[in-house]
Amino acid sequence: MNDKPSQISREQGLQWLQDMLRIRRMEEKCAELYGEEKIRGFLHLYIGEEAVAAGVIPELAAEDAVVATYREHGHALVRGISMNAILAEMFGKQEGCSRGRGGSMHLFDAKTHFYGGNAIVSGGLPLAIGLALADKMQNRPGVTACFFGEGAVAEGEFHESLNLAALWQLPVLFVCENNLYAMGTALARSESVTDIHRKAESYGIDSTAVDGMDVMSVNTAARNALEKIRTQQVPVFLEMRTYRFRAHSMFDPELYREKAEVEQWKQLCPIATLSARLKAQQVIEDGDVAALEQATGEEIQAAVAFAEAGQWEPVEDLLKYVYTDSAQNTGQSGST
Amino acid sequence: MNITYREAMRAALRESLKQDERVFLMGEDVGRYGGCYAVSKGLLDEFGEERIRDTPLSESAFVGAGIGAALGGMRPIVEVMTVNFSLLCLDQIVNTAATLRHMSGGQFSVPVVLRMTTGAGRQLAAQHSHSLECWYAHVPGLRVIAPATLEDMRGMLRIALDDPDPVIIFEHNALYNREGELAEDVTVSEIRRAAVRRAGSDISLIAYGGNLIKALEAADELAKSGIAAEVIDLRSLRPLDDATILASVRKTRRAVLIDEGWCSGSLAAEIGMRISEQAFYDLDAPLARVCTAEVPIPYPGHLEQAALPQVATIVNKARELLGQNV
Ligand SMILES: Cc1ncc(C[n+]2csc(CCOP(=O)(O)OP(=O)(O)O)c2C)c(N)n1
Repeated sequence: MNDKPSQISREQGLQWLQDMLRIRRMEEKCAELYGEEKIRGFLHLYIGEEAVAAGVIPELAAEDAVVATYREHGHALVRGISMNAILAEMFGKQEGCSRGRGGSMHLFDAKTHFYGGNAIVSGGLPLAIGLALADKMQNRPGVTACFFGEGAVAEGEFHESLNLAALWQLPVLFVCENNLYAMGTALARSESVTDIHRKAESYGIDSTAVDGMDVMSVNTAARNALEKIRTQQVPVFLEMRTYRFRAHSMFDPELYREKAEVEQWKQLCPIATLSARLKAQQVIEDGDVAALEQATGEEIQAAVAFAEAGQWEPVEDLLKYVYTDSAQNTGQSGST
Repeated sequence: MNITYREAMRAALRESLKQDERVFLMGEDVGRYGGCYAVSKGLLDEFGEERIRDTPLSESAFVGAGIGAALGGMRPIVEVMTVNFSLLCLDQIVNTAATLRHMSGGQFSVPVVLRMTTGAGRQLAAQHSHSLECWYAHVPGLRVIAPATLEDMRGMLRIALDDPDPVIIFEHNALYNREGELAEDVTVSEIRRAAVRRAGSDISLIAYGGNLIKALEAADELAKSGIAAEVIDLRSLRPLDDATILASVRKTRRAVLIDEGWCSGSLAAEIGMRISEQAFYDLDAPLARVCTAEVPIPYPGHLEQAALPQVATIVNKARELLGQNV
């Protein structure tokens, strides 16, 4: 693990706090809205893991691509998809970033090169390989950042993709968010080797384990990794050691882990620890945090109102967005 | 010009690679080996390793990479040796390629072309002989085509590459060695439309891919006993061209559906149902099917042939529907 560097600038500190707070408060609101049945389907919260998205994504350039999983609200938000569009998507409204067709697990955004939102564990890895290959073949400077959980490591696609990335020397940043549980399956119950970054090493990929609860460590690792990827055109693998404070999804009664364990990890809350450190170093004051909270609360309120006011897509449009030329859609319906 | 189906596809590949820098071919053994059906033989020397890209045995990763590369602005042609092996990348095709456009609310198209061989007849036994194209034809978001003539083999690739959505081309392995005359200037008008390959008034034989040849032979045979069979080549398995199928059936009032897939849940079943829904009262006889027997394709030649649609079976079915003694 990296050592925790000491001094953080005020500007940088506030930015991280803001990014993490926006994710945390937005998702807390989502949980509430889920209870009110405004948001339906599966909802996977990122709470506890915010340091990873906040530490990695701002280091990406505008032309870089992001591939994420079904636990992607935080990635989408930090990447620059508006909270309005994210909430509207979860409501299923056509103002959502995927026109309401994707929902919580399938946030997409062409403008920010955000390629999902993928509810197939490990399904995004081959996609990331291809996006990086396209950059390389067209001599574009882009890097593809691919986020996935440690559960994906058990899938064949993980190994196939790492092999290809190393074999073809592709500019991919693999970010494994190791939160120790795949739904209810603890890492040690599913992997013969639990030191995940060693698996990447076995493919000849530069790989590091990082304290994923500390945004500064995450950020330093990401910056170093991206520099290496950009200058040497090779993949790099980061294993972020993190933890989700909430259940896997809203349907999960969490019977597989001790409350005490969760409480212990909560002591490492990335927002609280950063805030405390910045205050101890007298870089920020209580008033700064209060101001951030205030602004975030207002943003959320506005986003909920935006989502509420959003429109349901007309049912007549049901067959749209299957093929590019929507006139072709009628082709497979026999009786109409 | 006398040419094989294999050469026709190779010519199509070469032309696409020449015309468009974004096009590249990727798959297992497409490069140094020359393609396991020798389709891409020689292309590596001509276009180099970047564009004739050998992949490891990783169907899911390289098909997924093709999808990603298509998203990234390339025009990949991904060769999956046979439809049998495509089951290892079914996830990428069905859950990713077919869904991205819809789930992104229309923001991302996936212009990838997947080529795979299909079909039996070479005594390769069950794991190399199945015809699963109807599984893909089941999926909205995919376009599925099957060339059955030299002209289509030559022309369909270009049209597939121009399509902004994922296209799967099924090449029946029994076709590659067939030779024929190919018109100098090939223009495939419309892959979306089925084609009437032979006009007739007594019965419609509806087929696609490798089985079109058998349907045409059956029509020749039927002609000897005075039966004028119309032969329809589907060409596109998704979407299906209902209009051409129905126009033919309304004219002939009888149909035999020929499909190398298993009878249960086959494309033939789908087409039969569409005819029932839309042209039931135009029919003079029950619909009939000639499909593959409900068995994994056996290795011994005689059993394999017994399992597959055959010209004689098609002829007998047609005669039966016309009330002729068989
Ligand atoms: C291929 C596949 N198998 C199973 C599932 C069901 N499933 C959804 S999330 C999940 C656990 C994944 O855990 P991990 O990759 O560690 O990510 P995390 O949820 O911890 O972020 C499983 C098994 C799935 N979505 N896809």
